[in-house]
Amino acid sequence: MRYLLLLYSTPDAGPEPNSPEAMAEMKEWYALTQELVDAGAMLGGEALHGADSATTVRVRDGKTISTDGPYAETKELLGGYYAIDVENLDAAVEWAAKIPSAPYGSVEIRPIMELPPELPDA
Amino acid sequence: MTQVPVASVFASEWTPLVATLVRELGDISLAEDMAQEAFLSATEHWSADELPDAPGAWLLTTARRKAIDWIRRERRHEERLPLLRAAIAVPPPEQHDLVDDQLALIFGCCHPALDHEAQIALTLREVCGLSTTQIARAFLVAEPTMAKRLVRAKNKIRTAGIPFSIPEGEQRTERLDAVLRIVYLIFTEGHTASDAAELIRGDLCDEARWLADLLSRLLPTDPEVLGLGALIAFTDARRDTRLDADGHLVLLEDQDRSRWDRQLIERGLALLRRTWGGPVGPYLLQATIAAFHATAPSSDATDWGEIVRLYDALAVVSPSPVVELNRAVAIAMAQGPAEALELLDELQRRGDLEDYRYLHAARADVLRRLGRDEEARHAYRRALELGGSGPERRFMEERLAELSALAD
Repeated sequence: MRYLLLLYSTPDAGPEPNSPEAMAEMKEWYALTQELVDAGAMLGGEALHGADSATTVRVRDGKTISTDGPYAETKELLGGYYAIDVENLDAAVEWAAKIPSAPYGSVEIRPIMELPPELPDA
Repeated sequence: MTQVPVASVFASEWTPLVATLVRELGDISLAEDMAQEAFLSATEHWSADELPDAPGAWLLTTARRKAIDWIRRERRHEERLPLLRAAIAVPPPEQHDLVDDQLALIFGCCHPALDHEAQIALTLREVCGLSTTQIARAFLVAEPTMAKRLVRAKNKIRTAGIPFSIPEGEQRTERLDAVLRIVYLIFTEGHTASDAAELIRGDLCDEARWLADLLSRLLPTDPEVLGLGALIAFTDARRDTRLDADGHLVLLEDQDRSRWDRQLIERGLALLRRTWGGPVGPYLLQATIAAFHATAPSSDATDWGEIVRLYDALAVVSPSPVVELNRAVAIAMAQGPAEALELLDELQRRGDLEDYRYLHAARADVLRRLGRDEEARHAYRRALELGGSGPERRFMEERLAELSALAD
């Protein structure tokens, strides 16, 4: 099954940017990504810039409205994601537990909807 | 034609049947439906005095045939067809496969990705074979509410890909803890109904005991599984003596111990003996405490000192404010109410149990015994504000009335 792992954490959690700890964590991220690739589980994944760079877009009455900031005001913010293909939820949980930000943040696992590649003819 | 033989077969064959079908069909809803149809078919085909030689095999074959028909008709899960057709030709699963299938079913129903209510409902439905109506009645919710809860749980299992398998490695211990917690929750809900007119709901106690027995057969050497089985046996042995004829609460010290269920106590002791020499976990410790109560001729003759020591050990392996509360109650018996009050006051200062009615009830009792009536009344009132079953409330209201009468 395909899952999206959404990586959340509060902005001040985790290692100080540019610190030796941050460098050490960066190695863990690369190692995890490689492990996912080697296991044939990796579909994709990226780290995201901070929520202060976020823009939220809504279309209302045909008008596009852009606003500054993330959609929901929560303490934990989306910082990145992995898309993985594994056997079941237990396997997804196992990968989620290996994510370097899991000890100070959280990982939301969402199954990806299986849709047909094209809209079938009505 | 009578349904009695089918009913007796149901008790022993429902769980293995559903468990095997979940593995073969890969879908809990489909497995449940096909198991149900197989039993329906059995009520039509079996006669009272003539059961098939192997009822379990008969049911499984029938369920597989029905599953093949269903899959053909609905054109879903078609990838399962070859496997199922092959399965019909092979003999039913070996005993050890049945053990694994049933464990996998239980682990799946108690998966931590489901909330507690869903885990409980699913376990009662799929493992115990209770109907939605029966579960709804046991939890005093409307049947459509319970039906919705079950459907939501099964949908989550499907969409989230929750596996029905036996977890491995370090996961296994944690997941087994979750299973035991669910069985214990079912028991405590039956034993001390949380908000109901009645104190005891025997049907839930029976199901919890049945589940604990099943687990002790599936995992015959796990000390915590055996400990939980023993804990439930000892506690349930007192079931009939916890209320008097008028439905009034009878405290442990006042219960008629000659009416405790000896057979259940013996069963608990037998389970405990099987754990000797092994590691000691929280359920085993609680069971050992319960064993001291179950085998004591009276409250006065109970070895309270040993019970306090067991609570000390429990506070180490599974520290919690509730364990400290129970330890304080044991200390009240072993050393006296003054020593207990110190501990209870400390617990109250920390505030973790501010909304836990048993803390206030325990303080009230200790204060009453110390003759501090005004404070005792205050504590009883606080406990009463926090709910509880009818008999529990009536007990405290009566104590409160006695204290008020003394004050006048």
